[in-house]
Amino acid sequence: MRAKPLATIVSAGVSKFGRREGLYARELFTEAALEAFHRLENVDPGKDIKAAFIGQMSEAYEHQSHTAPIAANWAGLLPAAATRVEDACASSGAALRCGIMAIMSGFYDIVMVGGVEKMTNQPTPEVTTILASAADFPFEQWNGMTFPGLFALMATSHMHEYGTTEEQLAKVAVKNHKHGVLNPKAHMQREITLDEVMKSRPVCWPLKLYDCSLITDGASCLILTKPKLAKKLTDNRVQIIGTGQAQDTFLLHERDSFTSVKAAKSAAQEAYKMSDMKPKDINVAEVHDCFTIAEIIAYEDLGFCRPGQGGKFVESGTTALGGSLPVNTSGGLKSKGHPVGATGTAQIYELYLQLTGQAERRQVPDAKIGLAHNLGGSGATAVVHILRSD
Amino acid sequence: MSELHPPPTIEEFYKFCTQRKLMAVRCMKCRHLMVPPRTICSQCHSSRVEWAQLGSKGKLVTYTIVHVAPTLFNHMAPYAVGIVEMPEEVRLPSIIRTSRLESLKIGMELELDFSPRPQDPSWPQWPRYFFKETA
Repeated sequence: MRAKPLATIVSAGVSKFGRREGLYARELFTEAALEAFHRLENVDPGKDIKAAFIGQMSEAYEHQSHTAPIAANWAGLLPAAATRVEDACASSGAALRCGIMAIMSGFYDIVMVGGVEKMTNQPTPEVTTILASAADFPFEQWNGMTFPGLFALMATSHMHEYGTTEEQLAKVAVKNHKHGVLNPKAHMQREITLDEVMKSRPVCWPLKLYDCSLITDGASCLILTKPKLAKKLTDNRVQIIGTGQAQDTFLLHERDSFTSVKAAKSAAQEAYKMSDMKPKDINVAEVHDCFTIAEIIAYEDLGFCRPGQGGKFVESGTTALGGSLPVNTSGGLKSKGHPVGATGTAQIYELYLQLTGQAERRQVPDAKIGLAHNLGGSGATAVVHILRSD
Repeated sequence: MSELHPPPTIEEFYKFCTQRKLMAVRCMKCRHLMVPPRTICSQCHSSRVEWAQLGSKGKLVTYTIVHVAPTLFNHMAPYAVGIVEMPEEVRLPSIIRTSRLESLKIGMELELDFSPRPQDPSWPQWPRYFFKETA
């Protein structure tokens, strides 16, 4: 049976990702909102959008909390109810779920969900410290752990257990940069070679600089509505047919396995079941490649390949544009950039373009079903969405 | 809250470190051991827990070498952090001290030690446990 849509995406926008000097988070969010408004002429945002759920990881970057009403205010959504959602790097994935539930409950007809992070006004050690604040303070941060460090622990385990190589990790970066060249909104629109990745300086061995996503400023947003109302608003519609979110132990060391993210597996199972879809039904996916190892583990957790086979899977070319399951056609967090709070809905933005045939030079032919995989922290939070073109 | 004395809190864990003791909390119902300490068992959800002192030997389960460090750890970089498994069947994250970072191997034996509290006033005044290569 064809799964019923939970809610319909009728528009989407992202700001240009990159080092956006001289702009505040609220101004970046406005840039994303303007794109979404231009795509949807039948809606009067200030009048019709009654609520906004906006993801943001940290107020430390620009000494500003209470971000949702600021962003919504600048985007012209006064007096919509505006609420910030925080789940580290999964903040806007979680914000999207708030929006879906707000629509499904019948409480609102049209809502905006999105996210924003303005990161580059802090020096790298300070950004490293702020990002590390999403790890446990008294045991992980206190022991000198960083985010690249936590994912490096998983990489070391994966290499030890399955023989995954640093070259295989590097191939994820090479692929995603190749995709990013085709995305005018991406932070780093430049191809990189395997040799460049392998020779880049170590961040947290075995992860090198080019295994890591970028410190980026950016914002993203989506406009959601009820499936029935959506048809009256636009022809460019994408249905949300599955959503899943799960939690794993906050501290990495308490997990049974460091080669898989249990929360991602559970969230995926929930979303697959709800949408009546299987891994083989997915035509295009955006996965949380905050570090190259995370994309390899994502392939396995999402059922795209067997456990331990992620390294070989990227080498097979299946997940590159032109393959049978292109992953991170946007360039991913790796090349498009990772403005933490904006990432979850920026992934959905890419799928919106793909599933409405608007992805231009990086369009996946006949893409009908898309999947987004968004992690928070080292995987204490995972959010998975499955979308269908309408 | 538990009536355990001292209470199963993170602050008490670090006070034990001052006495050079590495402590876990054990669930009195299912015997599950936990670091960090907490009041509710993560396995069976019982709230009857007791302190249990861990030994001084552990095994390296996974590790990384941190080159880009947070501000407070910048002076130590590059340094190793890892996950250590104790024979009591509990794991914990730790800094791994070694004079030869390239000699670290998954499965190697490690020995517990303690360092005095850091001097930076912006961080808590706790001592730190760490593991090092066995002599």
